[in-house]
Amino acid sequence: MDIFLQQVINGLVQGSLYALVALGYTMVYGIIELVNFAHGEVVMVGALVGLSVIERMAARGETGWGVIALGILVAIPSCMALGLGIERIAYRPLRKAPRLAPLISAIGVSIALQQLAALIWGRNYLHYPEVLANPQFHLGGAVITQVQLVILATTGILMAVMWVVVQKTALGRAMRASAQNPAVAGLMGVNVDRIIASTFLMGSGLAAVAGVLVGTYYGVGNHTMGFMLGLKAFTAAVLGGIGSLGGAMLGGLLLGVIENLGAGYLGALTNGTIGSNYSDVFAFLMLIAVLIFRPSGLMGERGSEKV
Amino acid sequence: MKSKVLIALLLIACAAALPFATDALLGRSWVRLLDFALLYAMLALGLNIVVGYAGLLDLGYVAFYAVGAYLYAMLASPHIGMHWPIWTLLPMGALLAASFGAVLGAPTLGLRGDYLAIVTMGFGEIIRIFLRNLSLTNGPAGIDLIDPIQIGGFSFGASHSLLGWDLPGIYSYYFLFLGLTGVIVLISNRLADSRIGRAWAAIREDEIAAKSMGLNTRHLKLLAFAMGAAFGGVSGVLFAGFQGFISPESFTMGESVMILCMVVLGGMGHVSGVIMGALLLAILPEAFRPLSQLQQATFGQVWLDPANLRMLLFALALIIVMILRPEGLWPSPVRRRELHEDDDASPFAASTPGHSQ
Repeated sequence: MDIFLQQVINGLVQGSLYALVALGYTMVYGIIELVNFAHGEVVMVGALVGLSVIERMAARGETGWGVIALGILVAIPSCMALGLGIERIAYRPLRKAPRLAPLISAIGVSIALQQLAALIWGRNYLHYPEVLANPQFHLGGAVITQVQLVILATTGILMAVMWVVVQKTALGRAMRASAQNPAVAGLMGVNVDRIIASTFLMGSGLAAVAGVLVGTYYGVGNHTMGFMLGLKAFTAAVLGGIGSLGGAMLGGLLLGVIENLGAGYLGALTNGTIGSNYSDVFAFLMLIAVLIFRPSGLMGERGSEKV
Repeated sequence: MKSKVLIALLLIACAAALPFATDALLGRSWVRLLDFALLYAMLALGLNIVVGYAGLLDLGYVAFYAVGAYLYAMLASPHIGMHWPIWTLLPMGALLAASFGAVLGAPTLGLRGDYLAIVTMGFGEIIRIFLRNLSLTNGPAGIDLIDPIQIGGFSFGASHSLLGWDLPGIYSYYFLFLGLTGVIVLISNRLADSRIGRAWAAIREDEIAAKSMGLNTRHLKLLAFAMGAAFGGVSGVLFAGFQGFISPESFTMGESVMILCMVVLGGMGHVSGVIMGALLLAILPEAFRPLSQLQQATFGQVWLDPANLRMLLFALALIIVMILRPEGLWPSPVRRRELHEDDDASPFAASTPGHSQ
C-alpha cells in the first residue's frame, strides 16, 4: 500500500473539515476582529444534535445517507439559532468595550456550551450508529472510502457556494465592505448589525455541517470535541491568512495534509516514541511557526493594524 | 497613615486566627480548603499581573503552574531518587516557568492580543499532552510520594505542638502560604505604582499611544508575561509539596478558566479584589457539594453533577460580568472611572474616541 498517497488522502479529508470550520473563524474575524472562541463548541453542538437525530432514525431501522442528511438538516438550524444567540447576547453588547472584554466573554460562552452539552448528552464518548455500508475504492496504491468521498464533495460544494455568496451577491458585497470599514459601510446604507448577524448565521451553518461530518467520519462525539477541532481550525485560518476565505480553505487542506504526513512518518522514523498521540502538537507548533515567520498568513494582506 | 497600619495589623490578626476558628466551627477539612484558597490567591495574583496590569489574555496559565509542580515533584520525590531542598527548587520553579513564558511570549507578544490568547490556550493543552505521554513524568498516573516542604529541620507536612495544642501539617502550610501570599501582595502593590506598572497600564489602555510615547511595548509585555508565569511556577512548587501527589489531570483548561474567573470577577488589576475573587471561588464550590447529596436523596440519582454545574456557573459569570460590570465586583477606583467615563452627564464624554475597538 502506498503510505504517502494514503496519508495525503486522509489529510485532504481531514483538512477539508478543518477548512469548513476555519471559514467560520475567518469570516467573523474579518468583520469584527474577534476570535470567536465558541465556534468550536458550535461544531460540537452540531455533531451532537446530529448524533441524536441519527440515533433516533437508526433505532427505527433506517439506514443510508438519507439518515445522515436528515441529521445535518436538523443540526443546521439548531446551530444557526445558537450562533445568532451567542452574537446577540455575548458579543454585540461588547462591541465598543475594551478589547479584552469580548475575548473573555467568548471564552465564557465556550466553556458554558461545553458544560451545557455535558449536562444534556452526558460526559461519555457517544458513538455514532453505523448507518452506512461505507464501501471502499482503490486509488493507485491507496484506499478511499465512500464517506471520505462524500466529505470531499460536500465541502467542495459548500466552499464554492460560499465563494459565490461573498464575491457575487449584494450580501457578500456588504460583508466585504463591513470588513474593510464598518463605519463607512454604515454610512453607505449597509446595516452592519444585520451583516454581522448573517456572518454568524453562515459560519454556524457551516459548523453544523462540519460537526455531523466529523461525527460520521470518526464515529464518536463528546462535549469536549470542539476544543481541539476549534484550535486546529483557527490554526488553519491563521495559516491561510485570517480574514481571507480562500486562505481558510487552503490553510485547512494544508494543515490536514501536514498533520497526517507528520503523524504517519514521525512514528515510523522514531520507532513509535513520538507517535500519533503527539499529532495535536503539530498543529500547535505550526501555529507558532506561522506567527513567527509569516503572521499575515499565506494569502493574507500584509496590512498594518487599524488604529 | 496610622489607621492604615492599624487596619493592616487587624487583618493579619484575623488571618492568623482564621484556621483555628474554621477548625472549631466547620471542621478540619475546611482548613485544608483554606490552604487551597491561599494557593489560588497566589495564582490569581500572578495572573493578575498578566491580565489585570498589562491587559494580556492568558488562557493557559495553568501550564506554568504545572511546570513548577512537576519540577518539584521530579526533583523531590523517589521518582528519580532526588530530594532537593525547597530553597533551590522554589527559585528554580520561578525561573523555569518564567523562561517557558518568555519562549512562548516572544513570538506572539509582538502581534495582536488575540493571538496570545489562542496560543496560550493551545500551550496549556500541549503541556498536558506531554505530561500524559512522557515516561519522564510517569504519564497519566502522575507522581506520588512527593516530599513535604521542609525548611531546616521543620517539616510542614508533620504535626507540631504549640502551647499544648497539637497542630497538623495543614496549619503549618496555612501560615507558610499566608506569608508567601503576603510577599506576593507586597510585590504586586509595589509593581502597580512603579514605573513598569504605569507603563503596563499605558499599554493596556492604548498600546499605540504607549508606543509613541517611547515605551518598548514588546519588552514590557514580555516582562509582564514572564513575571506572571514565575508566580505560577512558585505556586506550582508549593502545590506539589503540599498535595504530595500530582497528575496531569490537575492542570486542565478548566483550571485556567477558574483562575481567570477569580481575576475577572474580583476586579482586574486590583489586588484586594483579586484576592477576594480567589477566596470566593475557591470556597464557594464547597457549597455545591451538598447539592449532589440532596439530589441523591430526592431523585435517587444525581442529575446535575456539581463539578459540571460549577464550571457552567463560572462561565456564565464571566459573560455576565463582562457585560454588566466589566470592572469586576471590587475594582480599583481608577479602573471604575475608566470604564464608566461615559456615564457622566457631559455630552462630550460619550464621544471621546478613547477606546478604539
